[in-house]
Amino acid sequence: MIKFDQVSKRYSEVGDVLVDVSFTITKGEMVFLTGPSGAGKSTLLKLIALVESVSRGQVFLEGQNLNRILEREVPFMRRKMGLIFQDYKLLNDRTVADNIALPLLIAGYSHQEIKRRVRAVLDKVGLAGKEKSYPLSLSGGEQQRVGIARAVVNKPSVILADEPTGNLDPALATEIMRLFKQFKQVGVTVLIATHDLSQVIDSGCRQLTLEQGCLVSD
Amino acid sequence: MKGFFMVHLQALLFSLGQQLRTPFSSLLTIAVLSISIALSGAFYLAVKNITHLTGHLETSNQITLFLGQQVSDQDGRWLLTRLEKHRSIQSTRLITKTEGLKDFEQFSGFGDALKALSRNPLPMVIQVFPRLNLTTPQQLQQLLDELKALPEVAVAKIDMQWVQRLKAIIVLAERGVLVLASILAFAVIFITGNTIRLELQNRQEEVVIAKLVGATNGFIARPFLYSGFWYGLLAGLLAWLMITGLMALLQSPMEQLMTLYLGYQEVVFLSVLDSVILLVVSAVLGVLGSWGVLVSQLSRLTPE
Ligand SMILES: Nc1ncnc2c1ncn2[C@@H]1O[C@H](COP(=O)(O)OP(=O)(O)O)[C@@H](O)[C@H]1O
Ligand SMILES: [Mg+2]
Repeated sequence: MIKFDQVSKRYSEVGDVLVDVSFTITKGEMVFLTGPSGAGKSTLLKLIALVESVSRGQVFLEGQNLNRILEREVPFMRRKMGLIFQDYKLLNDRTVADNIALPLLIAGYSHQEIKRRVRAVLDKVGLAGKEKSYPLSLSGGEQQRVGIARAVVNKPSVILADEPTGNLDPALATEIMRLFKQFKQVGVTVLIATHDLSQVIDSGCRQLTLEQGCLVSD
Repeated sequence: MKGFFMVHLQALLFSLGQQLRTPFSSLLTIAVLSISIALSGAFYLAVKNITHLTGHLETSNQITLFLGQQVSDQDGRWLLTRLEKHRSIQSTRLITKTEGLKDFEQFSGFGDALKALSRNPLPMVIQVFPRLNLTTPQQLQQLLDELKALPEVAVAKIDMQWVQRLKAIIVLAERGVLVLASILAFAVIFITGNTIRLELQNRQEEVVIAKLVGATNGFIARPFLYSGFWYGLLAGLLAWLMITGLMALLQSPMEQLMTLYLGYQEVVFLSVLDSVILLVVSAVLGVLGSWGVLVSQLSRLTPE
């Protein structure tokens, strides 16, 4: 599903951020990517999300070599992934429903289908009845659930989450983690970058640890 | 297909909604654009009016014969009858010395000055209207030469000369309209482009988020292209109103002027076709302006 083959990433200003990283994540697995701040977790996720490109090595997603993806194919690859961010990245001048509908609108779904799916996903993340609210009127935990709803509404095969609970208190974080487990159970591959080890240990999931760009434990 | 149409319609309405959200800056842009468009439109219409006039003048070619001072009224009349039989001449009109003097007194206001002279200094004049099938300058020139050679004729003048000069000026003016319109079209393109660039900057975050959830450049560009379309179209409409308003203001003085000089009046406004072209070109320029900016800016706006 996701395969890293001797991947290195170098920024000319700061030098090597990832060094010779290799691992494989199979379909339907839920994996935590841990390590101290600055270890290269976000960078690793950006390589999968086609936001950055590798300096050396190869990244595969669903068997496709991401080095070979053309510029114009990038949007279509991104539709296979659901991206979740620490700062939610919501459009604050649009309603919750409009935010969640964005990927569907982009993919060209009909109005009816969009409505149906948005309602279904709002139910799933526990935000039923909030579709007309604006993001800033919601709590942090609720905003992150909007972010998750937007990421999964298009039924992606991979969820990539970068510090999804970084801004949330432990109780809310646990709830968010429970959501991720539900997606794993329906066969979605989930990769979560976090430096919050307590969540990881509770979950009993596989853990990849980065330190200064090197994969130190798997 | 229906879905495709809906998406476009939504984007079209959404972009108008965006403009209505910032009415002041949108109006400012539209005002600037419309002035550029109205300038070319007004200049075009001015040239069109003059062209229209000269269309009438073409049929009013006439040759004026000033007879020599020694030619008597009787000789003049005799010449007139001979001319009327000429195959290239449609009709003639004689203005005797006395009639000429009366006209002159009546219209010039210098009547008293003339009375001080011992005798009438005005020559006898015959106006010759060539047949209408005599259209080329060469044919007219031939007739003119023939008339010039007559012993009674002192001076023969063809009034077409100033029409030809006017026509040359009009050709120049038409080129001028084209050059001016091209320059102003670029102005419209650059102004819309810059406006769209600012809008893109204001909505940078939105663009990046849309890209992260799989939007193609085309999807992101669409509302901005429609935005450009609205700017162009609304500016075109405003320009049309400005031109038509201007013409309505100028109509009656222009008609007075024409009546005085030409004996008839006809002011030309923008035709339906002109108006449609004005609106279509304006909208196209707006779209072009935003398209140019989007092509250069969108691929630079990446999630990083
Ligand atoms: N766009 C960039 N340009 C230069 N250096 C970067 C860039 N992004 C990240 N880095 C550097 O790469 C290192 C790893 O960053 P990051 O992947 O964000 O770590 P983490 O997410 O584990 O905290 C940091 O030292 C950071 O300064
Ligand atoms: Mg990070």
